[in-house]
Amino acid sequence: MIQVSHLTKLYGPHAAVSDLNFEVKKGEIVGFLGPNGAGKSTTMKILTGFMPATEGKVSVAGFDVFENPIEVKKNVGFLPENPPVYPDMTVQDYLDFSGRLHQIPKKNLQSAITQVLEKTALTQVRKRLIGNLSKGYRQRVGLAQALIHNPQVLILDEPTVGLDPKQIIEIRELIKGLAGDHTVILSSHILPEVTATCQRIIVINKGRIVAEDSLQELTARIRKGHIYSLMVKNPVQTGVEALRKIQGIHSVTAAGPKLVVEISPHAQEVRDQVIETAVKHQMGVLEFSAEKVSLEEIFLQLTTVENPSETTGATA
Amino acid sequence: MSIRNIWTIARKDFRAYFTSPIAYIVIAGFMVIMGWMFFFNLSHFNAQNMQYQQFNMGKGVSITDGIIRPLYGNMNVIFLLLVPFITMRLFAEEKKLHTIELLMTSPVSLIDMILGKFLSSFFLVSVMLGLTIVYPVVLFITGNPELGPIVTSYIGTLLLACCYLSLGIFFSSLTENQIVAGALTFAAGLFFWLVSWASQAAGSVWGDVLTYLSLISHYNNFGQGLINTSDVCYFLSFIGFGLFMTHRVLDSFRWR
Repeated sequence: MIQVSHLTKLYGPHAAVSDLNFEVKKGEIVGFLGPNGAGKSTTMKILTGFMPATEGKVSVAGFDVFENPIEVKKNVGFLPENPPVYPDMTVQDYLDFSGRLHQIPKKNLQSAITQVLEKTALTQVRKRLIGNLSKGYRQRVGLAQALIHNPQVLILDEPTVGLDPKQIIEIRELIKGLAGDHTVILSSHILPEVTATCQRIIVINKGRIVAEDSLQELTARIRKGHIYSLMVKNPVQTGVEALRKIQGIHSVTAAGPKLVVEISPHAQEVRDQVIETAVKHQMGVLEFSAEKVSLEEIFLQLTTVENPSETTGATA
Repeated sequence: MSIRNIWTIARKDFRAYFTSPIAYIVIAGFMVIMGWMFFFNLSHFNAQNMQYQQFNMGKGVSITDGIIRPLYGNMNVIFLLLVPFITMRLFAEEKKLHTIELLMTSPVSLIDMILGKFLSSFFLVSVMLGLTIVYPVVLFITGNPELGPIVTSYIGTLLLACCYLSLGIFFSSLTENQIVAGALTFAAGLFFWLVSWASQAAGSVWGDVLTYLSLISHYNNFGQGLINTSDVCYFLSFIGFGLFMTHRVLDSFRWR
């Protein structure tokens, strides 16, 4: 559905995006992850035909973005970073206008508006001026605008910014519900966002792709073993030493009452021994639990560990 | 180019004039000033003709020369003052609100967008001009004015106002600051009025060029009841050039 090859965008001498390659299949939800200024928005703006690339080829829904921008725009719904809303219009009028912009036939226009108002839970505020709505509502109006023409491809730049937790969950569910019929690309620098909605994650840093995989794969790639945390009352040194000696344990790090234990993935049965050892040394076990690797960690690893080689490669 | 797209944009922007105070303020200001001018012209005209009759000095001044010409000549100046307020928001506001991203990522070409915006402001100016028809109506009820100069004055004024609109849309596309857009529009519009002042000092060839460039020199014929093809050509090229430059500016923003 979306094919990007050797995409480069220069702002003067500064490369916002350099040599990006990726592909998104029909019905997939893909997350763009990266710190602020990584090139996410730039990439999205190029995908939507808002701005042209300096180099490379981008095709969306079977049309080349540079050669056939109008066709691409017909098939894409875009929610930019700042929802593009007119404060002095009512929600209804605004959606009417964006529906007309996307050339929805007049007889289908009102039903399209009604549908999208329901989808984004805006029916109650349809007659209010957008300028009087809260940030969360405005964001949803922006999303409604992107959905109004039922596009094949949805490009959402930080769709849940400014929403309250309940709304975030609603929007996530909405986006998840779009998978299958629609192809979705969403960007975020908020990591749980991407975990919650996306099937595949593309991590971008300084205009380059540093990783592209599913969350599970990304997690596995970074960690050799599995991490457990053991909370004890007395983290006695002898006990810690004894734990370290157990076969199949990579490392034990003590930080106050919390011991972080890394166990090799092939030796999960040593978990019994961990408890036994702790009990034997009268450490007073409070809690033993598996620790999930957070995306934050993955992200930091990818952008800090892998980067030195890349930057030296670039300067050489 | 698609008529439907142009209409979509024109409709939205024309409505926006009326959902904000802009249209009401501009129209009210315009009508108050025009009404005052009409009243002043009319009473001055009456006094003058009374004098002519009193001292038996002949035919006196015609309605065309005494009322129509000064009235529509003044209307042009008012448009010069007011058009910047009409056009300054057209693109500058879209940029400020980031709604330009909505337009640019919709299947609407730049030409449609520009023509739509131009049309919306054209409609507003037409409404303003339409309201002034009350003055000729009053003249027709109470007197016997010539129809020809009135019609050509309207055509000329509309063309001249469109030149300002085109200029204003161009400056609005340059910036996201409405004040800057408005001030530049006014300054440039005034410059194109006054450019002929330098013609006498500029020598014969350049003098002709400067006179030709001046907006006001092309309006004068219309005020006298003349539709001159070269004047129409000048106005239309002025409008076309302004819109073309707007297109170039908006296109170039994408490449930056």
